[in-house]
Amino acid sequence: MSNFTKEDVQYFADFARLALTEEEKAAYAEQLQQMVELTAKLKDVNTEGVAPMTHPLHRVNVLREDKPADLLDREEMLKNVPEHEDGMIQVPNTF
Amino acid sequence: MSLMKKSVIELQSLIQNKEVSVKELTEAALAQTESVEEEVQAFITVTKEEALTRAEELDNADSKEGALFGIPAGIKDNIVTKDITTTCASKMLENFVPVYDATVVTKLNEAGAVSLGKLNLDEFAMGSTTETSAMKQTRNPWNTAKVPGGSSGGSAAAVAANEVAFALGTDTGGSVRQPAAFCGIVGMKPTYGRVSRLGLVAFASSFDQIGPMTKTVADNALVLQTIAGEDRYDTTSATEEVPNYVAQLEGNLKGLKIAMPKEFFGEGLDPQVKEKVEEAIKQLEALGATVDEVSIPHVVYGAEMYAVIAYAEASSNLARYDGIHFGYRSPNAKNLDEVYTMSRAEAFGPEVKKRILFGTYALSAEHHDPLFVQAQKVRARMTEDVQNVLNEYDIIVGPSAASVAYDFKAQADPARSRMDDILATPANLAGIPALSVPCGFVDGLPVGLQLMGKHFDELTLYQVAHAYEQTTKFYEQQPQLAGGANA
Amino acid sequence: MNFETIVGLEVHVELKTDTKIFSPAPAHFGAEPNTNINITDLAYPGVLPVLNTRAIDYGMKAALALNCEISREQHFDRKHYFYPDNPKAYQITQDERPIGVGGYVDIEVDGVKKRIRLHHIHLEEDAGKLTHGPGYSLVDLNRQGTPLIEIVTEADIRSADEAYAFLEKLKAIIQYTGVSDVRMEEGSLRCDANISIRPYGQEGFNTKTELKNLNSFNFVRRGIEREVQRQIEVVTAGGEIQSETRRYDEATGETTLMRIKGSADDYRFINDPDLAEVHVDEEWIERVRAEIPELPDARQQRYVEEYDLPAYDAMVLTLTKEMSDFFDATVKAGADPKLASNWLMGDVSAYLNKEQIELHDTKLTPENLASMVKLISDGTISSKIAKKVFQELVTNGGDANKIVKEKGMIQISDPEQLLAFVTEALDNNEQSIIDFKEGKNRAVGFLVGQVMKLSKGQANPQLVNKILMEEIQKR
Repeated sequence: MSNFTKEDVQYFADFARLALTEEEKAAYAEQLQQMVELTAKLKDVNTEGVAPMTHPLHRVNVLREDKPADLLDREEMLKNVPEHEDGMIQVPNTF
Repeated sequence: MSLMKKSVIELQSLIQNKEVSVKELTEAALAQTESVEEEVQAFITVTKEEALTRAEELDNADSKEGALFGIPAGIKDNIVTKDITTTCASKMLENFVPVYDATVVTKLNEAGAVSLGKLNLDEFAMGSTTETSAMKQTRNPWNTAKVPGGSSGGSAAAVAANEVAFALGTDTGGSVRQPAAFCGIVGMKPTYGRVSRLGLVAFASSFDQIGPMTKTVADNALVLQTIAGEDRYDTTSATEEVPNYVAQLEGNLKGLKIAMPKEFFGEGLDPQVKEKVEEAIKQLEALGATVDEVSIPHVVYGAEMYAVIAYAEASSNLARYDGIHFGYRSPNAKNLDEVYTMSRAEAFGPEVKKRILFGTYALSAEHHDPLFVQAQKVRARMTEDVQNVLNEYDIIVGPSAASVAYDFKAQADPARSRMDDILATPANLAGIPALSVPCGFVDGLPVGLQLMGKHFDELTLYQVAHAYEQTTKFYEQQPQLAGGANA
Repeated sequence: MNFETIVGLEVHVELKTDTKIFSPAPAHFGAEPNTNINITDLAYPGVLPVLNTRAIDYGMKAALALNCEISREQHFDRKHYFYPDNPKAYQITQDERPIGVGGYVDIEVDGVKKRIRLHHIHLEEDAGKLTHGPGYSLVDLNRQGTPLIEIVTEADIRSADEAYAFLEKLKAIIQYTGVSDVRMEEGSLRCDANISIRPYGQEGFNTKTELKNLNSFNFVRRGIEREVQRQIEVVTAGGEIQSETRRYDEATGETTLMRIKGSADDYRFINDPDLAEVHVDEEWIERVRAEIPELPDARQQRYVEEYDLPAYDAMVLTLTKEMSDFFDATVKAGADPKLASNWLMGDVSAYLNKEQIELHDTKLTPENLASMVKLISDGTISSKIAKKVFQELVTNGGDANKIVKEKGMIQISDPEQLLAFVTEALDNNEQSIIDFKEGKNRAVGFLVGQVMKLSKGQANPQLVNKILMEEIQKR
């Protein structure tokens, strides 16, 4: 099995939007390598014809009527917003 | 002060008979908390003023209706409480004030409970020692040099140290049962869907359940029947009717069929713990049950399935903590991308990051089918194994954890960790109910017996645990804390 | 070398439900920023989605109207990406089991009929909206969670005109079902185009680019034309087309690079554990199907076959459901179909265009229009008078018969009365009689005009003409 490199860590950290230091990348490379090895055992299990289990409880068609309710007050919402302007959430531009 | 040593059911009758006022009880709980908290460190937030105000309101109320009227409670800090900071023990939500109550919190309020505040946990419930908390280090009341277990370590410790009469924990892969075992109390992970997850901060959505943590089995049953039931805000909550467990606790174990999976007694299990659990199983036989050794082959993949599926779901659920709409935003970020990468890097701890990274790996296009979907298929096979056993047996027994509470910063023993997962995760993977009840002590530290049952059959677990508890009465033994010596 | 244009479209259509797809917050366009929101839309810790029944009904209705096969077992998946308009950092969508599979839309370009196949239609939630300022952006989450269907075509479109025709037809069909306003200017219909070129005769497809920011059907047409041209230039110069997302700039008419596609497009899909599966049975499908009105194609056919309208007229009348419904009601109220069609396509459409309004904004009703058309048919009023009556009907409403009577607009067809006007006109215009006799035919037109003037426009022009000719011969 190939080794989990720092570059591999960076690849997944980019998806997960995590800034990592070189030391962290090295540490995670080692930890993730262990996890990859550990979980490789799952591939030994014969699961032919088995449907993946996505929900522990099988429920279908749990639906709601199309009726407005439970509105959130904007001021309440803004209390938890780090920065805002004119009732809108403020974020820096991409660049 | 001895008031807080009593069970919920005892306190309930004191209040109903007007022998104690809600205010007196609340003050007793706060006093106990003040005296032991320095040693135990179970609370992230103590809502003293709110608790006292609420106590007065309840005392002034016309009726004392409500199953938990006046009972002091604690809530794990990954269950949201309106207007009260809910941190998940993470820097990410250090200052986050929810605008709504979790359904379980609403139900506790309606039942008359008095919350003393929010209890410590592993960050986002990711851990089994409460050491990954960014807030504080909760200690085991039985021996403050030991971990309380986790992730509901604060909840378990607070109940064991008599700071609250009961607490709510959450269980994704043993997080109620293992700390309950470590702290010598009763912890129940109900059937998936039994309790609404609205307001439970999601870790792994197809595993998470809220469960009661109490001194006795009867208390546990009372709390569960109060918080359980279908919730129109949680479409994975179950429609099955919630029985009155307390009224049916006294059961006869004659003819009860118990399965004892050999996989639960393999490598990694502490021999002394094994001995205590086997003694407990003998006790169940003495009470009339028959016990057979069985095999549930795929539970040995518990650790692997958990790592893949739970971490994958976690990587998805924790994506929303991005510094935009609420929660921590890095003051160092100069552009949008840095708001994301730096906020998340600065506010998540190493364990959370590790799980997010592995979950991201498992869901990535290349690994999605061979790893993630394969794990979901193994989950289906294991669940089938478990169902087959439960078609023949009433319950499954085993240890709640592979060992008793260990030292802080202990190097994880791989065999023990693996056994911990084999014991803890099957109930979450299969969605069945599982309970931990104290079954003795090893070196002065509590051991837990785990009972697992059929979907929605919490009642049988309570009946068996109650019968066992009444013959052993381990709950009568309580930890001795310096500050709480006179508790 | 000659290149063939290959286009596939991805069309997002917002469904007109009262509330959002997974939260009971209102889903209406145009509210104050961040006022139509709920804890679920904000993705607060601990919230859970609850599926809106009507979103499924509407999605299914659109899918059925577009000839799709409905998936009997559907579920929702999470699609992960970080952006400030996406509070969960994942969008709930249908990746594995879309609501509709297959389907098609028939179009006609320059008299050539063609079928554009659909790959699938899936249901998903919309994101919020970003307003870009200097150095920062502002997020409004009102739109977050509005139900959307995404209609994905096969790469069957071969020209910008076909893309335009497809969109017009698609818009009409969706509008007929009533599940969306399909207004591009309000964002309830949005379109991205996947564009590639290949030498004629080549079988496989080449690398495509995705064109975004197409804010009207015309921009879709121009954007595709420009992007095809750009690709031809690149290829002809020996370059290679990259898989990338490009933006159409309305001001310059150019397409510009937004980002190169690559492994960054790994959305890490996961079946959403918070949502139960949706199982659809025959009964549900048939209940929804029964609510779908007669669609444009069927109406066009009916207009041609039953009313003998030209195909073009039938097409124009059925472009919007409102116009088509109005036409049907007018005919039902007794109007001659061809005359009703002429009026709707002529004066009515001209009026709507001039005023920039729609039929329901006017005072005109099918009953009024029909009564006016009947007055024309039976000769009670002239077409000229009718124009005046129409002005009255469209601005003030009322009954055509009454207007005509009250304002004395009834056509004079009594020969006695007309003879009097003709005699007066001839008496007053000796020179015109001389001109006529000398072969200047336009003198007749002048004399008819004089008669119309004398009759205050009420004289029946055909009769006036006849009597005038008889009288002029006598002089």
